Amino acid sequence: MNFTLKIWRQKNRTDEGRFVEYTVKDISPDASLLEMLDVLNNDIVRKGEDPVAFDHDCREGICGSCGLVIDGRSHGPNRGIATCELRMRSFRDGNTIVVEPWRAKAFPIIKDLVVDRSAFERIMQAGGYVSTKTGGVPDANAIPIPKPVAEEAMDAAACIGCGACVAACPNGSAMLFVSAKVSQLALLPQGQVERTERVQRMVARMDAEGFGNCSNNYACEAECPKKISVEHIARLNREFIRAKVAG
Amino acid sequence: MKLESKIPAGPIEKKWDDHRFNLKLVNPANKRKYTIIVVGTGLAGASAAASFGELGYNVLAFSYHESPRRAHSIAAQGGINAPKNYANDGDSIYRLFYDTVKGGDYRAREANVYRLAQVSNSIIDQCVAQGVPFARDYAGYLDNRSFGGAQVSRTFYARSQTGQQLLLGAYSALSRQIGEGQVKFFSRREMVDLVLVDGMARGIVVRNLVTGELESYAADAVVLATGGYGNVFYLSTNAKACNATAVWRAYKKGALFGNPCFTQIHPTCIPVGGDYQSKLTLMSESLRNDGRIWVPKKQGDTRKATDIPEEERDYYLERLYPSFGNLVPRDVASRRAKEMCDKGHGVGPSKMAVYLDFADAIRRNGKAWIEEKYGNLFDMYHEITAEDPYKTPMRIYPAVHYTMGGLWVDYNLMSNIPGLYVIGEANFSDHGANRLGASALMQGLADGYFIIPYTIGDYLASTKFKPVKTDDPPFRESTKTINDMVNKLMSIQGTRTVDDFHKDLGKIMWEYVGMGRSEKGLKKALKFIPELRKEFWSDVKVTGKENDLNAELEKAGRVADYLELGELMALDALNRSESCGGHFREEHQTEEGEAKRNDKKFSYVAAWEFKGENKKPALQKEALEFEYVKPSQRSYK
Repeated sequence: MNFTLKIWRQKNRTDEGRFVEYTVKDISPDASLLEMLDVLNNDIVRKGEDPVAFDHDCREGICGSCGLVIDGRSHGPNRGIATCELRMRSFRDGNTIVVEPWRAKAFPIIKDLVVDRSAFERIMQAGGYVSTKTGGVPDANAIPIPKPVAEEAMDAAACIGCGACVAACPNGSAMLFVSAKVSQLALLPQGQVERTERVQRMVARMDAEGFGNCSNNYACEAECPKKISVEHIARLNREFIRAKVAG
Repeated sequence: MKLESKIPAGPIEKKWDDHRFNLKLVNPANKRKYTIIVVGTGLAGASAAASFGELGYNVLAFSYHESPRRAHSIAAQGGINAPKNYANDGDSIYRLFYDTVKGGDYRAREANVYRLAQVSNSIIDQCVAQGVPFARDYAGYLDNRSFGGAQVSRTFYARSQTGQQLLLGAYSALSRQIGEGQVKFFSRREMVDLVLVDGMARGIVVRNLVTGELESYAADAVVLATGGYGNVFYLSTNAKACNATAVWRAYKKGALFGNPCFTQIHPTCIPVGGDYQSKLTLMSESLRNDGRIWVPKKQGDTRKATDIPEEERDYYLERLYPSFGNLVPRDVASRRAKEMCDKGHGVGPSKMAVYLDFADAIRRNGKAWIEEKYGNLFDMYHEITAEDPYKTPMRIYPAVHYTMGGLWVDYNLMSNIPGLYVIGEANFSDHGANRLGASALMQGLADGYFIIPYTIGDYLASTKFKPVKTDDPPFRESTKTINDMVNKLMSIQGTRTVDDFHKDLGKIMWEYVGMGRSEKGLKKALKFIPELRKEFWSDVKVTGKENDLNAELEKAGRVADYLELGELMALDALNRSESCGGHFREEHQTEEGEAKRNDKKFSYVAAWEFKGENKKPALQKEALEFEYVKPSQRSYK
């Protein structure tokens, strides 16, 4: 397959950035989009130029490193997958494909398609944990958890922290990301002790990082590679109000 | 050099408890006077860094990723072993110990393995307390499944994302410590050198991957938790950035490399498609609980899988190994798959694949049941191959997955360099010549949560440290060496890309140092690899700038190391003139085609010592003694 690519190139955080057009030829339909970029980058290197920088690692949709806006969609046109899982058979031969980085105020661009998602780290550091220390915990089966509750907690815990939800949201909101962690720990008995404090601290950090608010757009759920439901945002809101009342 | 394993005396059940009592302690108020560097923040590194922080040490943690949550531990699918015996099927610490020593084909240290089995139960408790959502039964208690090489159900899991959930658990503990300022986290930094002062590990040099700057950090001890080196093969199930640079540079500073040839080829991966391919994707071993592996009895059969009638299928693992069936250990399953394909029974476009079929399980338990257990794996397979595994069997083939070899460590997980500790996949310790499924997560977390927090204290408490600054000569020398290497890589401006060389190396490794190895083939590898290395250093093309985010330069440094490590792997494989576990020397097999060990000559850990560039490394041997599990021909029949 042959494609024309319009790729966002930006030297560094302060550079203005621009689209640059490339062509790639004889791409296998079974190749992933990132493998197509590998082919392109090897061509660019052979020409003596600086290849396109993009984050990626596991290439099986679990590490959350990759994240590209492809033809205007976070992680591309298919539902429930990360960029690295997207195969070229999803595109028509001869198409032009537009590739951009996540665009959000809280995710400044480092270079080309690589963005700084450290805001997510700081939200996690504010309270995305149970304050247990190594050792001194009860036997694992001393805490029975009803299967449906464990399953729902797992649905939330499946978040890979890629930031697609933020990139997809017109407000650049991180509510789906934050709600996934708050929801997981609010559902489980282990999370009860710090339930009130956790949601307040994580939300305060989220606001301080410059993420926008949720206006029920639901683009986050639609573009989440792990199909995390906006129901978790509803739970986050309930937890937040509960904390206000309780606190 | 004499290798001291420092295995404590006494009966195996008491070694660790006695040892812990004998270890010196650092009193709580003194802990804040010590600084520990942790390189790598996957399962082993994150759990160690978090635990050190909780104890009150100052911790500097480094990752080439932007976040600890990106480490490749996240991709482990199937589960984590612990002999809780919740299933009431006869499990015990001793049985897990026995299975692991046997599974490793009697090339691991008994005392280490016993300790691993002992602490594994605490790992499950710890993870549950952190909020890891393990799978549960309808009573709300933890559920188990079976993995290869065991006849009990001792594997705890969270769907097919167990590694993700365990890493997120360790990451949450680490995040808490970072938030509290006890751990300083340095993201997007790659360790490029180990710094020794008076023969002790006292710091590291890292490359800041955003600015390209070389930065120096000093500490009282250095812990490497930097994972395995499977990417030497180019195609593997490892993530793209997984690399051997930290351990390799430590090796070149004098740390011994243990059993480099022990690599694990995982039997159930999606087969290679074409030249464009950048990695191989694993399909969890847990699938062998319910999937049946088969090939057509007729050679070169081109019919669709679903058109081949039952009596014309060869369920070869069930036929050859009636008691373990599809759950034989990985090395055995991989070798048999290769054998079937070599004999012309392979399937799919490349004919280098076998079927993994769920039709029986779907008939027996329904599609919904399979979906709950393996849904995301089936989706992943579908996405990659465009085939629906609910309707047609998966095509699978072995691929490089894990490296049992790594830096040599003693019972305290310290290398032969004082103050240099190595944990997780990066060390050689517990898996012998073959790792059993669901044991990597166990070992990473055992090392990080429950072993190194004790053993490092003994070293700190019993050592005198002179003050060290990052502008001391050893740091400046390291920085200069690395700078020269970077400048050389940037100045060659040859004609071939880093990927071109890496792919060439991968082909040599897979062909001659892969699943089947022979004296003749290994000698070829030992000729081809140095040739390729020479070519690399005169013809590689690295573009971009050194003082910028430059992925090509990162890859170039890593491939330069693989081009040396690959040679050591071949050398070790040639030296080990026996078959054991994942190391299969074609000259040494039983009549039935199983690995044939030579305990008289090779019951030792091969630890290699760097002797200088382009010089043959020296072989040091640590004899292995088996007091409890007597070596025998492994049988899974």
